[in-house]
Amino acid sequence: MGFEFIEGNEAIARGAIAAGCDFYASYPITPASSILHFMNEHVPEAGGLVIQAEDEIASMGFCLGASMAGRKVLTATSGPGISLYSENIGLAIMGETPLVIVNIQRQGPATGSATKGAEGDIQFTRWVTSGGLPVIALSPATVEEAYKLTYIAFNFSEWLRTPVFIMGSKETGVTKEAADLESIELPPRIDRKRVKSGLDEYLPHQFDSIEEVPAFSEFGGEYIARYTTSTHDKTAYLVTKPDVIQHMLDHYAAKIDSAVDELSLYKADYQDGADTLVISYGITSRSVEVAIRKAREQGRKISSLVLQTLWPVPEKVIKAAMNGIKKIVVPEMNMGQYLIEIERLAPPGIDIVPVLKMNTTLVTPDEIINEGGLL
Amino acid sequence: MTATEYKSYMTDKIGPLPFCAGCGHTTLIHALDKALVKLQPDPKNVVIVTDIGCIGLSDRYFTTNAFHGLHGRSITYACGLKLAKPELTVIALMGDGAAGIGGTHFLNVARRNIGITLLIGNNFNYGMTGGQHSVTTPSGGITSTTPWGNPEGPMDLCGTAAAAGGAWVYRTTSFDKDLPDIIAQAIEQPGYAFVDVWELCTAYYMPRNKLRKQELFELMESYGFKTGLVADKPRLEYSDNYRQAYEAGKGVLKPRILIEPKFDNKVDHQTGIIIAGSAGQKIKSAATLFAEGGIFAGLKAAQKDDYPITVQTGHSVAEIILSPERIDYTGIESPEYFVLISEDGLKRTRAKIASLPETCILYADNDIELPETKAQIRRIPFKDLAKEAGKLSLSTAAIALMLADSELYPIEAFETAISTFQSPKIAEINIKAVSAGVKATSESTTAG
Ligand SMILES: Cc1ncc(C[n+]2csc(CCOP(=O)(O)OP(=O)(O)O)c2C)c(N)n1
Ligand code: SF4
Ligand SMILES: [Mg+2]
Repeated sequence: MGFEFIEGNEAIARGAIAAGCDFYASYPITPASSILHFMNEHVPEAGGLVIQAEDEIASMGFCLGASMAGRKVLTATSGPGISLYSENIGLAIMGETPLVIVNIQRQGPATGSATKGAEGDIQFTRWVTSGGLPVIALSPATVEEAYKLTYIAFNFSEWLRTPVFIMGSKETGVTKEAADLESIELPPRIDRKRVKSGLDEYLPHQFDSIEEVPAFSEFGGEYIARYTTSTHDKTAYLVTKPDVIQHMLDHYAAKIDSAVDELSLYKADYQDGADTLVISYGITSRSVEVAIRKAREQGRKISSLVLQTLWPVPEKVIKAAMNGIKKIVVPEMNMGQYLIEIERLAPPGIDIVPVLKMNTTLVTPDEIINEGGLL
Repeated sequence: MTATEYKSYMTDKIGPLPFCAGCGHTTLIHALDKALVKLQPDPKNVVIVTDIGCIGLSDRYFTTNAFHGLHGRSITYACGLKLAKPELTVIALMGDGAAGIGGTHFLNVARRNIGITLLIGNNFNYGMTGGQHSVTTPSGGITSTTPWGNPEGPMDLCGTAAAAGGAWVYRTTSFDKDLPDIIAQAIEQPGYAFVDVWELCTAYYMPRNKLRKQELFELMESYGFKTGLVADKPRLEYSDNYRQAYEAGKGVLKPRILIEPKFDNKVDHQTGIIIAGSAGQKIKSAATLFAEGGIFAGLKAAQKDDYPITVQTGHSVAEIILSPERIDYTGIESPEYFVLISEDGLKRTRAKIASLPETCILYADNDIELPETKAQIRRIPFKDLAKEAGKLSLSTAAIALMLADSELYPIEAFETAISTFQSPKIAEINIKAVSAGVKATSESTTAG
């Protein structure tokens, strides 16, 4: 056992490398740039390639091409970059492209307070592309979680052939902390399922049941491969038939929706007899930790649910946590985003208390105690 | 002579090409097919990359791999494929409209010399969306969006690509009998190759501007743009260059050093420490060593830095938290130790200093005029300390002073961090600075 004093961004990069990431493209932006720097230093060493693209659109283009050529691919940016990624994110979903996208969120909108923290891109990420297709997004709260969740993001992305987001923030990304990465237990590594050898033809989007993830064959592999941004059938040829188009869209949704239990990562700290529940994620969950400790010291019974998976919404977990609860406190570093999901899921009669802030500073434990009425 | 294995790289399974009668794209696509037939690559090693526009309808007529992406971005996918697998033959096909919206990719692929082949079916307008003007529409050209004649001037795609460093650049028309050979030559280039193929859009640009074959040639002549081979300056392809640069320039990566706690400490609760000074005083790195010293002493630590975007000017402020327990909240509401080394630091933290509680010890430079504060002030002659410790080691000395005074953890743990993480030369200087700081502790005075 031993510690390193490192920032979350380094942990993200190392989590990616542990997952076998061998291609990285991005465009510099505070507070995500140190991921580019770290990958630049460490990926070529293992035979991989890192490129600073001319802009965020090119970053995504490079990543999509490389992923379809069989690489394990990472990109990282901040909110303004996600805006430029968005059209290609839709393409990644349609093309069933494994890819991990890191968003080290900063205060916005637009340039905002560029070097300051916020977690303001939560619903933006959920609805980043046309049609309302589900996305997967994980939110680390510490340096060690940044490492582990990035590794897991690669697993999810390879397994389901879809982009997966890491919702970091300036606060977890560039704060240094003592971390013991080597003692973190990682699940077995998942690589995308490859198509069998010796077939007559490869069908890029072949599935029998709607939630099945098609087997993959890379560009330059055994088979002729095809990829398209247009509505298509299993052959990746353009189609215009409404029923085929709908079936394919249903498939993109079904493969994620049917995996929601495996995708639901969270930390529960429930107290018997509690009538108050705090639901949080990311850096704010650490203020909740302190607030709850203080409130419990005063004899209050309070439960806490910290979500590591934000999308798809771990509905079962959240609903179960709401059992017997009279009040739910939802602190966030934005204008009220996950709040919408909690309001949607809460049974009638539950008092929902938001504690919201987007002024560049952390939501403090005292703010959660006072505004949330924890004492 | 061996028999030709591939007679065509196109399929007729989905019918003939979809373009309007006489559309130049048809000629270009067949010329590409002939070029491939000439070169006989394994179709599995060829990727045709297209994007949106009439020309982008073509990839699915090929029996090679095909990648059909977003409007104007085919260069980016082509580059991603080529970077991931340099052995692939990657051919990007796009329109003049795509070259416009993807202008930055058009420039950067030439500059980087990524070994793709770029073919632009240049028909002076957006065919697919109804004949609007593009970056290559001639001055005065009539389009849906320039009904009185184009007030903009056309872009010289080849000249631009060549100016951006394009290794192999060729301009011709879809009427060129040698087009298949030219495309074959382009594909054979190990680096970037671009063929600008001037064409007729028979649905829009041609009828509106009476631009037929003869007028197309006249137009080309009238511009004075270079035609034929515009650039032929082969150089190392990107991936090879990348590897070479990496092999030549790679440093020895610093070995990862794990900190194993081996000292005691006197920190019994989460404690916030702020160090404020100027850029160039090495505040950030000294603070990191201070935190690492804390970890050597069995503590948890966190550090945030605040400095202007223009890093070599103005303030530099480090916030460090030391704690015997896991650190949850990483903000510092009431710092217990505050080291103020310079005026720049004061400018940034004035409000914070004014609101410091009486439990905070503030080590402030002798000459700094402080705002009203409840903190316990210790006046320190930091300028004298800088003379003794060396300017670049002042923050290390100042931290040592605070550490010796506060006894948060032993000085040896700080020294261990310094000698573990700094080069021997720098460490020696900084260990001396630590001694200077410790010595100054006993000489420091408490202000009344
Ligand atoms: C982001 C985006 N903007 C606009 C469009 C609409 N659009 C489709 S094709 C096209 C122009 C195509 O022109 P060009 O590249 O010259 O190809 P051509 O049709 O002439 O072959 C435009 C503007 C789009 N598909 N995507
Ligand atoms: S609209 Fe123009 S570019 Fe498109 S197919 Fe017809 S002639 Fe060709
Ligand atoms: Mg055109």
